[in-house]
Amino acid sequence: MTKKVMEASHAIAEAIKMIEPDVIAAYPITPQTHIVERLSDFVADGELKSQYINVDSEFSALSACIGASATGCRAYSSTSSQGLALMFELLFITSGMRLPVCMSEVNRALSAPINIWNDHQDAISCRDSGWLQFYVETGQEAFDLSLMQFKISEDKDVLLPSMVCMDGFTLSHVYEPVDITTKKLVEDFVPRYKPVHAVLDPEQPLTQGPIGFPSEYMEIRYAQCAALNNSIKTIEKVFKGFSDKFPVQIKNSRPERYYHVEEYQLHDAEIAFVAMGSMCGTIKDVVDRLRNRGEKVGLLKLITYRPFPKDAIKKSLKGIKKIAVLEKAISPGVGGVLCDEIAGVLYKTDTQPDIRSFIVGFGGRDVKLDHIEKIYEMTKNDKGSKEEWMF
Amino acid sequence: MDVLEPRTASQSGSFKSRDLKMAIMGLPEEEYFAPGHRACAGCGAAIAMRLLTKAAGKNVILVESTGCIEVVSTPYPETAWRLPWIHGAFENAASIASGVESALKAKGRKDIKVIGFGGDGGTYDIGILGLSGAFERGHNIAFVCYDNEAYMNTGIQRSGATPFGASTTTSPSGKASIGKVQWKKDLVHMLVANGAKYAATASIAFPQDAFKKIQTAIKTEGPSFVNLYSPCVPGWKYEPSKTVEVAKLGVLTGAMPLFEVIEGKHKVTMPRDPEKLKPVEEYLNMQGRFRHLFKPKRDDKALEEIQKGVKDRLRLLLEYESKGL
Repeated sequence: MTKKVMEASHAIAEAIKMIEPDVIAAYPITPQTHIVERLSDFVADGELKSQYINVDSEFSALSACIGASATGCRAYSSTSSQGLALMFELLFITSGMRLPVCMSEVNRALSAPINIWNDHQDAISCRDSGWLQFYVETGQEAFDLSLMQFKISEDKDVLLPSMVCMDGFTLSHVYEPVDITTKKLVEDFVPRYKPVHAVLDPEQPLTQGPIGFPSEYMEIRYAQCAALNNSIKTIEKVFKGFSDKFPVQIKNSRPERYYHVEEYQLHDAEIAFVAMGSMCGTIKDVVDRLRNRGEKVGLLKLITYRPFPKDAIKKSLKGIKKIAVLEKAISPGVGGVLCDEIAGVLYKTDTQPDIRSFIVGFGGRDVKLDHIEKIYEMTKNDKGSKEEWMF
Repeated sequence: MDVLEPRTASQSGSFKSRDLKMAIMGLPEEEYFAPGHRACAGCGAAIAMRLLTKAAGKNVILVESTGCIEVVSTPYPETAWRLPWIHGAFENAASIASGVESALKAKGRKDIKVIGFGGDGGTYDIGILGLSGAFERGHNIAFVCYDNEAYMNTGIQRSGATPFGASTTTSPSGKASIGKVQWKKDLVHMLVANGAKYAATASIAFPQDAFKKIQTAIKTEGPSFVNLYSPCVPGWKYEPSKTVEVAKLGVLTGAMPLFEVIEGKHKVTMPRDPEKLKPVEEYLNMQGRFRHLFKPKRDDKALEEIQKGVKDRLRLLLEYESKGL
């Protein structure tokens, strides 16, 4: 155990230092900068042996990671918002080529108007790109997931890229106590990279990234989607392995046992909040307050978002009568993205819960205790529309 | 190590290694760009690939941008590549190559050279950001552009490399237009300004010269560039048997002057005398993309402008050379 008070961005940088990617290619963008600056320091001080490429754009960042990964190296990048949007084309190419590139995605609103503060629209808009997506609530989770993502992505049954999504500023720039364990333990958990996929090597010339005609394209996509679906089991295995290896040594620092979802006071709840990311901490506070007033309420926090942990969600929300989904992203013309997906999972379950979508925290608007209490009242009393914007 | 094993043309039985030896005078016999690819008859870029791979030899990793050659050479599960080859997107060959080169550094493999390549669309236009970045960072990459002067893969649209006066599907000649109204982008000098240790132009019509220049680029430590002129039958509109002839005239008329920039200093290969150039009309007149300059009515103004441009360009290159620039 090595407990340190540190910025969540620096916790991620510590994790990446321990993982020691062969190649790091990243382009600075607020609010991701503290990660790449710290990694650059590590390289400059000789503490991190990675090849660090100061690329010309996020587009080149992910391209360079594709090249490095295809050459059999562990490749890492980090970005936010417009940077992720600029990578959009390559997100699909990374997953389509089955390259286990790992990324830290610091969630920020998308332009226009340009806005450097937090919401989830950037990553949620990339949900269909075939990347695994994890959302973290605390600096500790940011550190832990940044280790686990490599083990998951590089697993021979997965071989898909992953992003750990952390709220910009509201988490990335917050100082918290973090148990950063030791490099030795991390190396045991995530050993040096040995590629199990095709690599570029003159000794064994292979063609990577060919053209797929209508006669083959669909099968290749099927295999990719099957791998993403099946990754749910690998993730569970890695979560368990991590929790066994890194038990909780600082009270409340990390979940006792990582799982796709975290249940908070759900055991006898009649009303449940569903949310992802740092606002879960605020929601937990509200749950405690409401519980003190005798309200039967709880929270379901999603850590794994892609693959969507349908069974876990179904199990956790079983018997709940009313559900309020709080989210920082929207599919305009449809409504809350997560809400729709939760409703899809719960369709045809016995209780047929009432599910409401609450749009919160766009562009860095604070999600306050009052917002959440109000959401609770509206949900309990069936007030408000199905797509309620909480300004 | 478990490695998935896709089929290659050579493994699937149709082509044995010994069949893949074809002579071009003075060049190695080994062919690493296998026949059986799906390029058009008379494809200049396919010749370019033979020259490129002969110059490259075995110890290389190739990175290509989306384009004609990528499409015709890798119809999954077949491939024409007998060298390690990767393609990601249209605009990122140099960026992927940067990652490959850094990965080789991480692995301590100094013996393998990374070669990026693409058509003029992927090199002059959409890929310029990554290419400029890769050269500025000084990666040890040789980049070759098979320049056929338009977006041929999508049906002959205008690119930054399309010459003045050429008719393409997006810069068509018409009653109010002579085709493309801008001159070709000077990419070679842009890349020299971006840090190219070696830059050159070559033509598939002069294979020994092209081979030598590509090899020089590959042997250069640091970023290097070769613009390899490669005529396109459907794009330039000439008979498939005339590819080498049209390419040769391109050089001898000065429309495609061959030169090198070695550590910033110019050396003109050919032609070397602006007053003894073959008339550029001979080159233009062979190609359908310039037909509107001759028929139904001769466009003297445009032809004179092109002839003057060609001469001025060669004079400038020779002036650089004579001044030791």
